[in-house]
Amino acid sequence: MSEQAVIRAENLSLTFQTNDGPVHALKDVNLEVQKGDFVSFIGPSGCGKTTFLRVMADLEQQTGGTITVNGVSPEEARKSRAYGYVFQAAGLYPWRTIGGNIRLPLEIMGYEKSDQDARVRKVLELVELAGFEKKFPWQLSGGMQQRASIARALAFDADLLLMDEPFGALDEIVRDHLNEQLLQLWDTTHKTICFVTHSIPEAVYLSTKIVVMSPRPGRIADVIESTLPRERPLEIRDTPEFIEIAHRVRDGLRAGHGDDV
Amino acid sequence: MNRTLPILTVVAAIIALWYGAAIQLNKPWALDKAARAGTELSFSEMVTDTWSQKKPKLPVPHQVGAELWKTTGEMVAKGRGFSKRSLIYHSWVTFSATMLGFLLGTGLGIALAVGIVYNRTMDMSVMPWVIASQTIPILAIAPMIIVVLNAVGISGLLPKAMISMYLSFFPVVVGMVKGLRSPSAMQLDQMRTWNASASQTFWRLRLPSSMPYLFTSLKIAMAASLVGAIVGELPTGAVAGLGARLLAGSYYGQTIQIWSALIMAATLAAVLVGIIGLLQRITLKRMGMA
Repeated sequence: MSEQAVIRAENLSLTFQTNDGPVHALKDVNLEVQKGDFVSFIGPSGCGKTTFLRVMADLEQQTGGTITVNGVSPEEARKSRAYGYVFQAAGLYPWRTIGGNIRLPLEIMGYEKSDQDARVRKVLELVELAGFEKKFPWQLSGGMQQRASIARALAFDADLLLMDEPFGALDEIVRDHLNEQLLQLWDTTHKTICFVTHSIPEAVYLSTKIVVMSPRPGRIADVIESTLPRERPLEIRDTPEFIEIAHRVRDGLRAGHGDDV
Repeated sequence: MNRTLPILTVVAAIIALWYGAAIQLNKPWALDKAARAGTELSFSEMVTDTWSQKKPKLPVPHQVGAELWKTTGEMVAKGRGFSKRSLIYHSWVTFSATMLGFLLGTGLGIALAVGIVYNRTMDMSVMPWVIASQTIPILAIAPMIIVVLNAVGISGLLPKAMISMYLSFFPVVVGMVKGLRSPSAMQLDQMRTWNASASQTFWRLRLPSSMPYLFTSLKIAMAASLVGAIVGELPTGAVAGLGARLLAGSYYGQTIQIWSALIMAATLAAVLVGIIGLLQRITLKRMGMA
């Protein structure tokens, strides 16, 4: 089964050299993400969850160990446009319409004009923004902008979606709604998703696998395989099974902190 | 929208001050003249005289206005709007040098800014020279630029435009370096995740992001460019242009001519900067950045 691994990290370490001495952002991290997984990375700030995601995306380079994305180095994966990355802020260009913003990576990657139009229409429907193609970002709410930025990451053929706290800046009601939509999206598109968050309910609700991380040095404290079914209505969050998993995540986070003091 | 009244009040105050100052400054000459003629001036006669002298120390607004009309509207009415005695002709000469210098300066400024942003060697070395270039008084090097360019056979519009360019490229470099660096780390990372080339990042992200900075710089550059064109006309024995009018006026003590050329230059600058402001509003509004 290990041929199926989308991400494989072995003894992955990353040390930043700063004026106050070295900072171990990641130390001896081992992880495998299988095709079709929805993996959440959760932990307090400074635990290296975002750094780990950035290493996968070739936005940072490890200082030790190995990591492969789709079987190749992150750099090769980035150059073959193997993943879509969603940042914490929507980062839409104000001078482009919603359609124009989604078209941006397609233009850069050299897709045919007619293909671009078809893809923009398709992903706008996927994130329920059909009809907003000609609107400008400032005409949309924060949640809608973030949905547009997810559509932008879905528009090109990447099977892997890396998401760095994409809903961190949104209020809880919008967040619930987007979580639900994201699960549907994952179900229909069969993408592999790596999702950084610091909300326990969000991690438990979304994931097939929860990676609990702890700081100083950044490392994996626990990996929890979710026993929840694929089909997840919002009410699932009140079931004993959900609460049980949330409890294990909280324990993992506490244990990670305990080492520190 | 009640801005008219305050503005008119200030304008009225300036004009009143101007007339008052003219009385004070021109009074000695009026009294002198009267003394030589052996007559005594009443206050109202003295005031009338100070406001209507041929070569006053400070001409009053209506004298300048009359001179402006005589050298613009009246000459157009006579069908000689472009004769060498018309201020329209001189403004045109200065305007063409200003525009050419402005375009050259903007081009040079943007090119240097792109170099500074994309090339580490230029980043480390160019800016000090750019700043040093602006510490040299333009009046000191203007004649040299003219002489050197003349020696290589370049004369006419271009030498003046070069002086304009020298003054106007500076704000463009400074503004554009800041503007091209204005995209956030996140936006640059995002381009990297798409494996965008340097030129794609430039045209699709850096250049559009720099527009607010560019327009602000262009306003300053335009005003500096006009100053450059006028300065370029002063030490070079130019016979045409607002600078030449200023110089000729000061040779012959034609203060009214000097003031009308000054007003004309100020109006020209206001119009040119206003046009850029308008372009700025339209462009940034269309780009969703205003």
